[in-house]
Amino acid sequence: MKKTVAVTTQRSLFERFAAAPHLVWSVLFIITPLLFVAYYAFTDDTGAFTLLNLSAFFTDYFGIFLRSVKLAVIATLICLVIGYPVAYCISRAKPHTQKILLMLIMLPMWMNFLLRTYSWMTILQDKGLINSFLGLFGIGPLHILGTEGAVVVGMVYDYLPYMIVPIYTVMSKLDYRLVEAAHDLGCNHLGVLRRVILPLSISGVISGITMVFVPSISTFYISQKLSGGKFYLIGDAIESQYLNNNYHMVASLSLVLMLILLIGLAIVNHFTDEEGGMVP
Amino acid sequence: MRTGAKLYTALIFIFLYAPIAVMLFFSFNSGSSTAVFEGFSLKWYAELFSDAQTLNAVKNTLILAVSSSAIATVVGTAAAFGIHHMKSRYLRQLTMSVTNVPMMNPDIITGISLMLLFVFVGGMMGLATKLNFFTMLIAHITFSVPYVILSVLPKLRQMDVSLPEAALDLGCTPMQSFFKVQLPAILPGVFSGMIMAFTLSLDDFVISYFTMGVDFMTLPVHIYDMTKKNVKPDMYALATLIFVVVLILLLLSNRESSKDERMQIKRLKAERRRRLSLHKNKK
Repeated sequence: MKKTVAVTTQRSLFERFAAAPHLVWSVLFIITPLLFVAYYAFTDDTGAFTLLNLSAFFTDYFGIFLRSVKLAVIATLICLVIGYPVAYCISRAKPHTQKILLMLIMLPMWMNFLLRTYSWMTILQDKGLINSFLGLFGIGPLHILGTEGAVVVGMVYDYLPYMIVPIYTVMSKLDYRLVEAAHDLGCNHLGVLRRVILPLSISGVISGITMVFVPSISTFYISQKLSGGKFYLIGDAIESQYLNNNYHMVASLSLVLMLILLIGLAIVNHFTDEEGGMVP
Repeated sequence: MRTGAKLYTALIFIFLYAPIAVMLFFSFNSGSSTAVFEGFSLKWYAELFSDAQTLNAVKNTLILAVSSSAIATVVGTAAAFGIHHMKSRYLRQLTMSVTNVPMMNPDIITGISLMLLFVFVGGMMGLATKLNFFTMLIAHITFSVPYVILSVLPKLRQMDVSLPEAALDLGCTPMQSFFKVQLPAILPGVFSGMIMAFTLSLDDFVISYFTMGVDFMTLPVHIYDMTKKNVKPDMYALATLIFVVVLILLLLSNRESSKDERMQIKRLKAERRRRLSLHKNKK
């Protein structure tokens, strides 16, 4: 009897210290690196304090930032509008069909995204598939590659599964009797969507939005390939400064990107609280 | 599903698979164009397998993925165990928020921040090349461990608390109770965490790009270099092979999990039958 009491109240050495390696590792390789971003952002090559890197952001990179935010927001909204009905349709299918459809949604995610993006380049280019198809009808060639639209297509294509999967996960747990009850009580289709389905799936929508927005705003490969080198996004700016070994500028751009994401996250969370939705 | 819904879902799938179909198709092109099909041939596959650089990149990718996922699985499983047994709620929440950082941060920030650390420390140590295999290994472990923790923790919570207590009562040391009783109980979580860490490492481009040394190139970074030039269909042949491998793995894991489900249902039914018969006997 005495022994069991001792066991339940006292933790063994192993239980006490099992998380220690992870904690040490996290301090060394998660927290310290972020401090170094701040350190490099506020210093110059001699190690002296400077605000030049940050002011360079407002003078040289502000337009690029605005464009990145704009394209990422557009891509996220398109993913939401396209992906939400897909998630709903899948969640209403038979269990076995659901499994197969979900697998088909996830399959492209495991393919190398560089090659998938590159493939879009060959589809969209002036002599590519779309233009040769349009050429049959005597239209074109349309210059799609190099436009902002092409970059948005790339983002939507690469990150659409990240929107569908979390929404589907929430929807598949949704009690469909609630929807039937709403119909019985005289709600029309739009009302059911707005008052029942949407509020119940909002947590999936939130994680979908973050999972699409974060990689979209920070991408550099998609813009590099599909903008045809005509314009830059934040990710491209960071990469080119990295290739120039200008680590201070790299750090300052990364710092601003992080701040923007924190603000974005706060906005999204704020909206969900208002609607009484669950914050994941 | 209604016809409209079916049509819509079909359209989305066409959108998702069109680029992949294009790659599959043009990997068999006998010409060197990725836009004009000249005839069927397997020569790009032959070229792929005779390209020493690509093969070396594949080898490097596998070495890195195996070593990083092995270390991440051990560290992550131990960490999940420690977090599960943490007494202080505050400490547990703090640990979980730090653990979530690499998953919430965009890859480019994780890569850049680690790179800055390595460059700074390397500079202090006076090294000429600051980035190498080990910096990349550290980076891959760092972004994999959270996924292992998140797949092990739920299994620990589901585990019956009386299991380890019984083991201790029956004379196990805490260590034996962990390895003989608790570890087998959470093994599915450990295993899926390991698979996750392995595939994340295989597929990672952004973090690898910023933390790799010149002498150790992985496949995604190699692909990046190749797509800077004009791509020949050999990259499409590579994409086709990746697609086939991923498809097979997914089908296998899907079959395994449905087998698991069937087994579980069978077990539940047997359990219910046993309880019913007990009930009858009591009467």
